[in-house]
Amino acid sequence: MTSSTLAAPGAGGRRRRLASAAIVLVALGLLTLLYSALAPRGSAASSSDPDVIAGRDLFVKFSCASCHGMNGEGGQRAPSLIGVGPAAVDFQVGTGRMPLQHHSAQAPRKRPVMTEAQIHQLAAYVATLGPGGPPVPDVTGYQNADVAFGGALFRTNCAQCHNFVGAGGELTYGKYAPSLAEATPTQIYEAMVTGPENMPVFGDKTLTPDQKLAIINYVKSVRSQADPGGEGLGRIGPVSETLAGILVGLGLCVGAALWVGSRA
Amino acid sequence: MSAQAEAGAKKTLRYVDDRLGSASFLRKSMNKVFPDHWSFLLGEIAMYSLIILLLTGVYLTLFFHASSQEVIYHGRYAPLRGVAMTDAYASTLHLSFDVRGGLLVRQIHHWAALLFVLSIITHCFRVFFTGAFRKPRTLNWHIGVVLMILAILEGFAGYSLPDDLLSGTGIRIAYSVMESIPLVGSYLAYFVFGGDFPGVDFIPRLFVIHVLLVPGIIIALFSAHMMMIWHQKHTDFPGPGKTEHNVVGTVFFPTFILKTNGFLFLVFGILTLMAAFIQINPVWLYGPYNPSQVSAGSQPDFYIFFLEGSLRLMPNWETTIWGHTISWNILIPGVILPGIMFNLLAMYPAIESWATKDKGFHNLLQRPRDVPVRTALGVMALTFYGVLFIGGQNDILARTFDWSLQATSWTLRVLLIVAPPIAFYITKRWCLGLQHHDEELLHHGIETGIIRRLPSGEYIEVTAPLPPQRAAVLAMQLGVEHNGHANGHGALPSGNGHSSGHVAGEAEATKLRRPVGPVNRARNMLEGFFFERGDAPKANPEDDEPKTLSH
Repeated sequence: MTSSTLAAPGAGGRRRRLASAAIVLVALGLLTLLYSALAPRGSAASSSDPDVIAGRDLFVKFSCASCHGMNGEGGQRAPSLIGVGPAAVDFQVGTGRMPLQHHSAQAPRKRPVMTEAQIHQLAAYVATLGPGGPPVPDVTGYQNADVAFGGALFRTNCAQCHNFVGAGGELTYGKYAPSLAEATPTQIYEAMVTGPENMPVFGDKTLTPDQKLAIINYVKSVRSQADPGGEGLGRIGPVSETLAGILVGLGLCVGAALWVGSRA
Repeated sequence: MSAQAEAGAKKTLRYVDDRLGSASFLRKSMNKVFPDHWSFLLGEIAMYSLIILLLTGVYLTLFFHASSQEVIYHGRYAPLRGVAMTDAYASTLHLSFDVRGGLLVRQIHHWAALLFVLSIITHCFRVFFTGAFRKPRTLNWHIGVVLMILAILEGFAGYSLPDDLLSGTGIRIAYSVMESIPLVGSYLAYFVFGGDFPGVDFIPRLFVIHVLLVPGIIIALFSAHMMMIWHQKHTDFPGPGKTEHNVVGTVFFPTFILKTNGFLFLVFGILTLMAAFIQINPVWLYGPYNPSQVSAGSQPDFYIFFLEGSLRLMPNWETTIWGHTISWNILIPGVILPGIMFNLLAMYPAIESWATKDKGFHNLLQRPRDVPVRTALGVMALTFYGVLFIGGQNDILARTFDWSLQATSWTLRVLLIVAPPIAFYITKRWCLGLQHHDEELLHHGIETGIIRRLPSGEYIEVTAPLPPQRAAVLAMQLGVEHNGHANGHGALPSGNGHSSGHVAGEAEATKLRRPVGPVNRARNMLEGFFFERGDAPKANPEDDEPKTLSH
């Protein structure tokens, strides 16, 4: 605003000001209309989808809100859920990691507290909090993916934390890469696209969907494969072999030595 | 046998004897006496493991290709079909899945390797804690230490050959340890690997080291080890009729040879059963080696755990001098520390004889409690080794027991410094306590658990005398003068001047047995299974008069 307008406020100036206020008002009104028309569904309270309404009830009933906030906005104790997408909800609740039992270095896998239908409803509600996030993946046909290629990809991308056959491994300060023994194909895929806990996200440009399916096929087939050499000892490498070597091997040999060495 | 045939046999034997002079040697050898104690067989476990390793190893060389040539796998194991790998790895897969008995033999070979080093270590414990390494056997102790190092080296070379992801990680570490040596490190690593890691020369070289060089030296040194035992004769624990100048036991032929052969078959049987039922080193699960990959929980075989542990527990120290980095973080735990450890082990006999001024010949063994400082030093060293051993598995332990990895490592770092002196102190006190117990046994006799009330109203505990033989042995072990009476009255520190606790009559003395519960009864049965009953402590009516004591 220039000093001349301030110095000489006339009738024309007042009218101009009123007109600009009206324009601003009209523009705001238009924006509001545009927003309500273009915005992806409003708050859950205004949604008519029964899944979303049930999901919101679950969100409160299972105390998700106590850490993630009434609107999933997150807080000091928990991250925001705005834009995380259904895959993250399905993974966290489907593996029993959420709802959290207590705060520790990492949420352990446990028996899920919600049914699949409830998880679906909760995911529908969380999706209304904000757009984005990967959907629950479809893994049908993963058995047809190239298992050997999947193995090579697994050793390159996954084994450094999850061990060579997905038996799990230790990370820093009490965190860990869990065993993949109980993980379902869908959950493995979800973990790759959502990166739960300390896991990095393996987006479709890092690992294509086909490569992800190959990894899943490798994990599932190697987990279900029999051990041709006998008892597998947890497939964690030489530590359990050492225990068996000392207890069984040396133990039996020393027992034999006691027997042979004493009867003259 | 007809007289003619007998004469023929004699003639043949004479023919051999005239040319080799073998008869007197054989006669002497066959009558050689070996003492009986189960702990003397720990070294034999190593000997038999070695024989089994040689037999199974020969079979494996028939199918293994020591080559870094890259091939594409098309064998029976589906999860690796079409994957590029070295011929070494592919031939190991072929050996495991397509060769008849291949996996079984490979697993026997690997279990035998673990047992070989395990039994060498246990044998070393026996020799150390009983003082068997003392003069005149110090040289054999040195050979034993070298054999132990060679066995570890041979094991490392062996499990590295298949070129799988796990063993390749180990070779990578070995390469870096070599590189950490100041000035010459890089050149040394280049020399050993024929260039930069991994290269194509290393596996063929490792193969020659594993099947020819190291086994050759092991067999040569092992033979020297045996010949020295043969020449110096075996040590024995003190016992009835045993002195520094004789050997009491079973003759080589036929008793000892039968027993020892039986033991060979027992060890072979145990290893075969293990190989049949427990999987070891599943290389097909690890995948082929690729320097860009590594698995969580990568551990070496157990005999490298202590080195792995020292590397894991070492703080990250580095110094840069004139543009050269000295990696103390690898040099100290990977080179200096094992160097000190093995040198101390080898030099221990000299250190002990220097410190005790004991230059004498010793053919009789000592019990661990009889030499508290040596035993405590040994336990101290073992504690240090044990903390490193656990340190090598810190991530697996943290995962298994839900500990924090950092907390585990820091606890172990502190324990590495603090635990050995504590172990020394506890062990020494423990040995002295056991010595006191023995002295009490020698002077007071065996507790019977019977409490008597005397007419005067005093309560006394009734003790039974020690059999004289056992008392004599005990006195020898404790190094005290013994007057021949198991419970010589004069030697008794009579608590309050009372000697009224005598138990009257021999008949009553036979009843003076400690009452036994079910656990002790089972233990007595086991004892009868393992040992002759003769030397078990018990009240004997023909011994001295039973003695009672008030404490």
